[in-house]
Amino acid sequence: MRVALFLTCVNDTLYPETGKAVVKLLTRLGVEVEFPMGQTCCGQAHYNTGYRHEAEPLARRFAEVFREYDAIVTPSGSCGAMVRELYPRMGERARAEGRGDSLARTVAPVVPRTYELTEFLVDVLGVTDVGAWYPHTVTYHPTCHGLRSLGLGDRPRRLLAAVRGLDLVELPGADECCGFGGTFAVKNAAVSAAMGTDKVRNAESTGADVLCAADNSCLMHIGGTMSRLKVDMRPVHLAEILAGTEEDPSL
Amino acid sequence: MSSTFVGMPAFPEAARAAVDDPTLRGNLRHATHTIRAKRAAAVAELADWGGLREAGRRIKDHTLRHLDRYLERLEASVTAAGGTVHWAADADEANRIVAELVKETGESEVVKVKSMATQEIGLNEALEAEGIRAYETDLAELIVQLGKDRPSHILVPAIHRNRGEIRDIFTHEMAAWGRPAPGDLTDTPADLAEAARLHLREKFLRARVGVSGANFMVAETGTLVVVESEGNGRMCLTLPETLISVVGIEKIVPTWRDLEVFLQTLPRSSTAERMNPYTSMWTGTTDEDGPRAFHLVLLDNGRTDALADQVGRQALRCIRCSACLNVCPVYERAGGHAYGSVYPGPIGAILTPQLRGTASEIDASLPYASSLCGACYEVCPVAIDIPEVLVHLRERVVEGGPAVRRGNKVVLRPARGHAAERAAMRAAAWAFGHPGALRTGQRLASRSRRLHPRTLPGPGRAWSGTRDLPTLPPEPFRDWWQRTRGGKDAK
Repeated sequence: MRVALFLTCVNDTLYPETGKAVVKLLTRLGVEVEFPMGQTCCGQAHYNTGYRHEAEPLARRFAEVFREYDAIVTPSGSCGAMVRELYPRMGERARAEGRGDSLARTVAPVVPRTYELTEFLVDVLGVTDVGAWYPHTVTYHPTCHGLRSLGLGDRPRRLLAAVRGLDLVELPGADECCGFGGTFAVKNAAVSAAMGTDKVRNAESTGADVLCAADNSCLMHIGGTMSRLKVDMRPVHLAEILAGTEEDPSL
Repeated sequence: MSSTFVGMPAFPEAARAAVDDPTLRGNLRHATHTIRAKRAAAVAELADWGGLREAGRRIKDHTLRHLDRYLERLEASVTAAGGTVHWAADADEANRIVAELVKETGESEVVKVKSMATQEIGLNEALEAEGIRAYETDLAELIVQLGKDRPSHILVPAIHRNRGEIRDIFTHEMAAWGRPAPGDLTDTPADLAEAARLHLREKFLRARVGVSGANFMVAETGTLVVVESEGNGRMCLTLPETLISVVGIEKIVPTWRDLEVFLQTLPRSSTAERMNPYTSMWTGTTDEDGPRAFHLVLLDNGRTDALADQVGRQALRCIRCSACLNVCPVYERAGGHAYGSVYPGPIGAILTPQLRGTASEIDASLPYASSLCGACYEVCPVAIDIPEVLVHLRERVVEGGPAVRRGNKVVLRPARGHAAERAAMRAAAWAFGHPGALRTGQRLASRSRRLHPRTLPGPGRAWSGTRDLPTLPPEPFRDWWQRTRGGKDAK
């Protein structure tokens, strides 16, 4: 099975450690992962802001870059949902606008082969205990697109529960949005900040020292809020927790 | 649509004021979280919720697809039952019809059942201009009317008020509208309800004209349906001699059988009750019982334009349960008034820009009043994919495109103020289409990382005003990958 890492433009540019963690984790599980250098961005920011036509060439590029792979793994529920849920929809819209089947046909092969990291681990590799060690108290925030668009369910929690040394504590109001929402954070900054503050206060109330999620965009917003509010907690991507072992620990 | 909200600032500005009001936020947080939990429990009781949701969606979609046929059927049924049907293309026409009908009775006051349609068209203000006073009889609507306020929730229009505020409104305002509040009024719910009861009883017993909306209209029999909790609505529907119902054309269902689905999903979604306390149904007129004259005003006001939109038309499935408001994290913080419409929250953010267009600043800002978290879609009992319609309307705002306005096909121009964003989006799309350019940009950014400010200029200020920016890593992942050949010699 040829497996490609779709890292996403945000992770590539701002959070390379998450990508390194995915490589380390999958390699440990016996998966040889490739990183196609032609990958850039899934187009979600464009699509969700109303620039569907600008997102179309990015969807085509994605489909071409990843066409040869049997599985495309991404450590982002949000970008995963873009491919799985919205690429087919973009294809349908193009067809409805009389522009033919070309987009729908181009994206069709990659849609069912794109997996969010926890889906790939649990559903494809069939593992929940990835042999990780992480001696911290962790609370988990299920990000909206992972929760509702992809329906990740309890997969992330099962993976976390199997990590040795990890104490998992429930986050009050876990399934409420943190307020990031891409350009929403800028266009409606006051509401976004209020939502972020509530999320951080809820996280703080758990006494955990780490807030974990499977999407760095949400973590950037939550972490930026924590830093501004001087809350002594760290935002950490799920992949980085799962990558750590006793011999080679994550921070 | 109503002129009530013209001149509203755009959503972000109005929302900022609400975010800074701790009383309002406290009231909203308490109310929405209470009903949210109750709704989830009421829905969980039904094993076939998913099936009911799908049935509701199908009935509504089928009816909308054949709306012309069912409306004609309804007209025939209502007429056969002794009622009169009036067609209103817009708010002005509907208001004119109602004012004429009231004048024909020789009356100068009417009692009203809570009605979103009459709020939408600004009926009370229009009647006032004709010398006719409209008394709201729903408790929450009464609070809004006495407080010279605006509704901020579909189901609980006074959700933004707490008990203390309501006592003050009753004490200071009731006398100007009829029976004054008792001098020693406390803020206990029973006392407040009793004051409202006494005040309203006068109105019910005196009124000779009632005005209502309807939750449903049954095409096969011409029957109208109102569901409510207080019984005040039933008083308005049965006591007056003339009843005028103003109803949006999308409220129609083909048969009585279809009601079965909605009478289960609506109360559970809205008030978290298994069944609403009062379900009133009326069909035309009956000798010696109820109103002697019945008029049905069928309101379009942008609905057929919305129906012409393949993606947006699903908003017309809405049964006004307000479950989407109660779960929306944005509504919870921004409050209902920020939406500048009688339809606030997620459904308002997709319905209002379709009914009113996106020409004004407030209407163009509504499709962005969401983080697209999807909680609204998850709870919607008729499965309206609100995030999908939001994104569709964003496209209309930033890129313009084909639409139908008053029955005519038009090509809308992009709303003003998006030129810089459009240029940035196009530049980003170009860079993402050229990995080399993207990489050069990443490297430049990484090398200059020590020079980056902690706060941003321009639109970015909105981010860095309340959150710290992440620090840029020394190298992007793709450089690390190439340097280490897939991490094989990485530590």
